[in-house]
Amino acid sequence: MLSEQAEEILEALWIQTEEQGAKPLDLGASRDEPAVEELVNLGFIRRDLGHIHLLEKGKSHAAGCVRRHRLAERLLVDVFDIKKRIIDEVSCKFEHLLHKGLEDNVCTLLGHPKSCPHGKSIPPGKCCSLKKDKRLLKIIAPLSELRAKDRGQISYLQAKDKTQMHKLIAIGALPGVSITLMQRFPSCVFKIGQSQFAVDKELASAIYVRLTR
Amino acid sequence: MLKDFAKRIGYDDPLEIYLSRIESLLLSDYKITKRAIAILLLQEDNEMLDRIKDKEKERAEEILKVIQEAKAHYSHPLSYIISLRRQKETNRISQAVMSFKKAGKVSFSERLSKIMMNPLTGGPILLAVLYYGLYKFVGTFGAGVLVDFLEDKVFGNYVNPFVTNLVSAAIPLKIIQDLLAGEYGVITLGVRYAFAIILPIVATFFFAFAIVEDTGYLPRLAMLVDQLFKKIGLSGRAVIPLVLGFGCDTMATMVTRTLPTKRERIIATLLLALAIPCSAQMGVILALLEGRPLGLIIWLGVIFLVFLIAGYLASKIMPGELPTFYMEIPPLRLPQFSNIFRKTASRLNWYFWEILPLFLFASVLIWLGQITGIFNFLVKILEYPIGWIGLPPQAAIAFLFGFFRRDYGAAGLYDLKKAGLLSGNQLIISCITITLFLPCIAQLLMNVKERGLRMGIAISIFILFFSFSIGYAVNLILTLLNLQL
Repeated sequence: MLSEQAEEILEALWIQTEEQGAKPLDLGASRDEPAVEELVNLGFIRRDLGHIHLLEKGKSHAAGCVRRHRLAERLLVDVFDIKKRIIDEVSCKFEHLLHKGLEDNVCTLLGHPKSCPHGKSIPPGKCCSLKKDKRLLKIIAPLSELRAKDRGQISYLQAKDKTQMHKLIAIGALPGVSITLMQRFPSCVFKIGQSQFAVDKELASAIYVRLTR
Repeated sequence: MLKDFAKRIGYDDPLEIYLSRIESLLLSDYKITKRAIAILLLQEDNEMLDRIKDKEKERAEEILKVIQEAKAHYSHPLSYIISLRRQKETNRISQAVMSFKKAGKVSFSERLSKIMMNPLTGGPILLAVLYYGLYKFVGTFGAGVLVDFLEDKVFGNYVNPFVTNLVSAAIPLKIIQDLLAGEYGVITLGVRYAFAIILPIVATFFFAFAIVEDTGYLPRLAMLVDQLFKKIGLSGRAVIPLVLGFGCDTMATMVTRTLPTKRERIIATLLLALAIPCSAQMGVILALLEGRPLGLIIWLGVIFLVFLIAGYLASKIMPGELPTFYMEIPPLRLPQFSNIFRKTASRLNWYFWEILPLFLFASVLIWLGQITGIFNFLVKILEYPIGWIGLPPQAAIAFLFGFFRRDYGAAGLYDLKKAGLLSGNQLIISCITITLFLPCIAQLLMNVKERGLRMGIAISIFILFFSFSIGYAVNLILTLLNLQL
């Protein structure tokens, strides 16, 4: 796996050359960084005089880094409600955690966003071309926000107090259990195993479901 | 053997350690395994906590300490942790022994269930259930055909003349004669009302209710009305005691125990006492308003409005946590008639032996009130509010008796109507007021028993004023609009 510095370099390089069509990156002060050496050894970049160039082999990796950075920004802004001012420093750390499957899950969770909060485009991933229907596919949502016939597995409960938790336990709405929403008005009716239950919106919003389709 | 098996659901190590620590502190005999008790304790089962405080004395302190430690170890409530583990075990077992066919076509009962739970089609279904179950079967058949037969034919032609003759022949004292067979006699009034009016009406209601109950319709109804009921401080679950109230409010008040919070229980008790007419009363009111469809609509409208307004105000005034609604929706089933008969019979049996003494007691009280003159005094007082709402003074007797049994009161009005003493307007006003008026003595006692003396009396005083205010308002509106119904 690439080091964080190496990822940052790839990112900056990709933005400059691929997105803005500008000249190759001036190494400047980071001339002696070991991360540069790392990238050169991997064959991702080429170094000449004071500049580095992105090579064909490094392009997809670089695009992935940018994608993760901007997905992280979206996640922080849309889901975690972090102020735009400070997202840069947080997302710079966060993006490095979004590897492998995680990246596509976050992308799906956010409904395959096309641009970051600053309005720059997010390079599409494999999951984006796979999506079939147009509506936003969220991965995890409270039961109260699902549509009728949606199904999935309960991923966690977010009860507001002990009595509410006990009610959910009594129904058998526990993490890992398969659940199908059958009706959402005037009350939520869902199916767990062979049993059907009706609950009000408040209780339904405490059940978080990982959708399967 | 069973004990060994039960032990096989192992929990994770820390929990097992806490369990064994608690088990080692349990020295008394509990008739069930110490492990079971320890698990209940970790789930903070209140009943078990009380029991160990009682039985383990000084060790209870230490047990509570272990529970606190265990709680601190986990970020979730222990009952949650334990349930999760059980869920896992249940899945393991069921997966090993159960297989499911792929779901085929949507069955008829599933389709019907959907129609019942759809707000668009569910409303007409509810109306159909109420019309055929309550109005046609209980109202027309029970309160009409059966009551006519029992009251006019059996009691009017045979029992009452027979008893009157027998009593006047056997007992010379006029006072005792009145007690047994007079106008308000124990046999001629008490037994007659119990057997000829209440029995057929309540029997047909319990029969209809048992059918509706056994099909699995009630939870679907509860789910439909939940949002509306939230406005009046109740959850959909309250639909069961409220519907039962159409049979017998006294029984329904007892069933409010099934509601989870005190707030819901108080609101339901109030609404039952105020705005839900029991089957006996409804039977007589339907008979009173017979041939006056407009009167019936006004009566229904006013009662329904009062139900909503009183519930809404109560939910605003009453403190306490807001209701939550959750209920299992069982599959729809065709009821089994043997079950329905058994259910009806056992409820009727319970109900009847509970109310028959009250009827007889009420007859004796009326007799006592009559001979001591207390009743005349109370009737004289009641004549004032009765006059304010535009009713003839004779109606005061019906209202006073209404307190002893709601249906006594309505039946008293029925006698007034027969005698031609009530105009159309007066009929409607009296029906509205007596429906809202104080519950019968049995329900009053039940209110006090279930809700406590203070709340029981507060509810009664509120209803006393509220019912006459509504009667007054309706009379005023009819007079101002110069309507003659």
